[in-house]
Amino acid sequence: MRKQARASNLMLHSITRVVTFVLLAFSLYLFFAGHNNPGGGFIGGLMTASALLLMYLGFDMKSIKKALPFNFTTMIAVGLLVALFTGVSSMLFGYPFLSQFYEYVNLPVLGRTGLATSLPFDLGIYLVVVGIALTIILAIAEDDS
Amino acid sequence: MNNLLVLPFLIPFAVGAILILFSKRIGTQRFLSGLTAIIMLGVSIYLLTVVRAEGIVVLEVGSWSAPFGIVLVADLFAAIMVLMSSIVGLLCLFFAFRTIAPEREKFYFYPFYFFLLTGVNGAFLTGDIFNLFVFFEVMLISSYVLIVMGGTDYQLRESLKYVVMNIFASILFIATMAFTYAVTGTLNMAHLAERVAELEQVGVLNVIAMFYFIVFGMKGALFPLYFWLPRSYFGPPAAVAALFGGLLTKVGIYAIIRTFTLIFPHNLDFTQPILIWVGAITIVIGGLGAVSNFDFKRILSYHIVSQVGYMVIALGLYTSLAIAAAIYYIVHNIIVKTALFLYAGTAQRITGTTDLKQMGGLLKTHPLLGWMFFITGIAIAGIPPFSGFISKLSLVIAGFETGQYVVSGIALAVGMLTLFSMIKIFMYVFWGEQKHTKAQGKIKVGDLLLPAIPLVILTTVLGVAAQPILSFFLEASNQLLDPSIYIDSVLKGGGA
Amino acid sequence: MEILMSITVGVLFTVGTYLLLTKSLLRIVLGLILLSHGAHFLLLTMAGLQTGTPPLLNLNSEAYADPLPQALVLTALVISFGMTSFLLVLSYRTYQAFKTDDLEKLRGSADE
Repeated sequence: MRKQARASNLMLHSITRVVTFVLLAFSLYLFFAGHNNPGGGFIGGLMTASALLLMYLGFDMKSIKKALPFNFTTMIAVGLLVALFTGVSSMLFGYPFLSQFYEYVNLPVLGRTGLATSLPFDLGIYLVVVGIALTIILAIAEDDS
Repeated sequence: MNNLLVLPFLIPFAVGAILILFSKRIGTQRFLSGLTAIIMLGVSIYLLTVVRAEGIVVLEVGSWSAPFGIVLVADLFAAIMVLMSSIVGLLCLFFAFRTIAPEREKFYFYPFYFFLLTGVNGAFLTGDIFNLFVFFEVMLISSYVLIVMGGTDYQLRESLKYVVMNIFASILFIATMAFTYAVTGTLNMAHLAERVAELEQVGVLNVIAMFYFIVFGMKGALFPLYFWLPRSYFGPPAAVAALFGGLLTKVGIYAIIRTFTLIFPHNLDFTQPILIWVGAITIVIGGLGAVSNFDFKRILSYHIVSQVGYMVIALGLYTSLAIAAAIYYIVHNIIVKTALFLYAGTAQRITGTTDLKQMGGLLKTHPLLGWMFFITGIAIAGIPPFSGFISKLSLVIAGFETGQYVVSGIALAVGMLTLFSMIKIFMYVFWGEQKHTKAQGKIKVGDLLLPAIPLVILTTVLGVAAQPILSFFLEASNQLLDPSIYIDSVLKGGGA
Repeated sequence: MEILMSITVGVLFTVGTYLLLTKSLLRIVLGLILLSHGAHFLLLTMAGLQTGTPPLLNLNSEAYADPLPQALVLTALVISFGMTSFLLVLSYRTYQAFKTDDLEKLRGSADE
């Protein structure tokens, strides 16, 4: 039974190698597109989580754990703190909690770029979503073996 | 604008996140969480003094102006509730240090404890219905984790029902908000209050009001929807049960009082009898449940149901004194109920059971526990000079003033049932022959009772200093009874 | 379109309620999922289905759609996602502990 499952993984294996990168790239695009266009931390995070999940499906758990040595629970905590800190930072300058600011800056490579304080906030959300999605799924998956 | 309003839920949220990082280090977790709880107590006292001095404090989160963005609003009632949650949060935490098993501590007990407080305080302070929903969910999901933590078979089975019930209530809440938004086009509470007043609360708005009543009544364990409470509060450890018993149902009651004083006060002929009679049936059912049970924790759980009824009756009477009585009752009940659950946990630590028939003679071996229970027990039954007496007295006076003689009579009669069930606990657990072993009799529980001592002092102070405290609550209730104060400070003066 | 949506909401609520009243744990979870989908649809529909441009900064248009219901539904979706996954894990653990998903057998006795 186990052997058969192994054998049929070949297709999944090869597709995963390609599709994961597409998914990850698209999730990054979604992440940066956020704020004024559709996208953002939540949807980007979910996309990343699904890419990682595909890797877990395609390969066995052990090798993925070696490749991705993150502790996803820590990721949740860090994400929460990043998002919170963004909200609090506006308080330090005397604005209400969660006030956001937007500025165009000329960066060396990217040219004229919009920088928003909602980006670090979104980064926090992104980390939380990836962390939570994988924690839940891995909790159920690990139970099986 | 005053960022102070964010702190009561920002601090526990941030600390909860930090505590996840230290999940394997119990010492660090305890130190951080204890320190945080003390800071929160300080913050909430300061908030109360600020609100007392300056009137309603409003914060427009993210600088979005009032009806469009989310607002946080603290009036006296909200500030009082935040203070109560900080007190209970602090004391239950110290009880948890002594009683929670290390496995639970390592399994994110403290983070979820603080996330729960985040949800509770957020629900008290928000000025937006949808935001209220979000904070409810934060509170609920932490409560799910806390109630199931430990994972005994009983806990799994009962918390499953608790979770299903609450998810269903949340779905109903979303549906209610859908109707609210369709009819009024806003979810900001102050704006909503204004629109409902313009539309004259008739027809569909009455239906919406009743939907809110059902949703919050489910969380607050009102009459037809109380059955989940006694069973699910039986399972978790005493520190969690005390926190839940003290706080969680009151969040539902707080939401009912908020919606029915601010948004739906325009059709009293319709809402008043419903509130009063649902409350009356609730207290009778709760009282009977308490009398018929023979388990320490379960009797206390039925008391929660019963006492929630008093608060709703007080709201239904809808006079200045009655609302003040409701606030007094909530404050009294949070204090006393938390203390009683802590005693139940202590007694369980000694005898290993909460079954009344297997306990006895604790007064001989643990006199301090016995007498503290005695004081709290007669406080909850409404015997002077403790806080229960004043709260019941002011409720009954308000009832007589409005001509609700039957309901006032029921309230008094059920008070007798409460007294009876407290005496039952006292007789079975503390009097009678000793049923626990000598070794059990030597267990020291002084450190377990330490968190309950401030509660006993508080209930005495509430009773003895009733005059100034009641007049303070009258101030809060007058603020509630005049929604225009709230509306103006949110919609007109908010951003300034 | 509103009528179609209302019918959809009605069907979702009907099926959800039916599933919620069955004895099997998994069906109850499914019922709750359907009910919450129904509620989300309801929120979207009750706010009025509009034909304006998406409320984005870069699009210039005469009429914009009301962004609030969409934001609300998104939030509610995220929350129900979390709740559902928690409920699934919980019911799975309950199933493991009791070796049954029949609620009749999970009733518990009155005196414990």
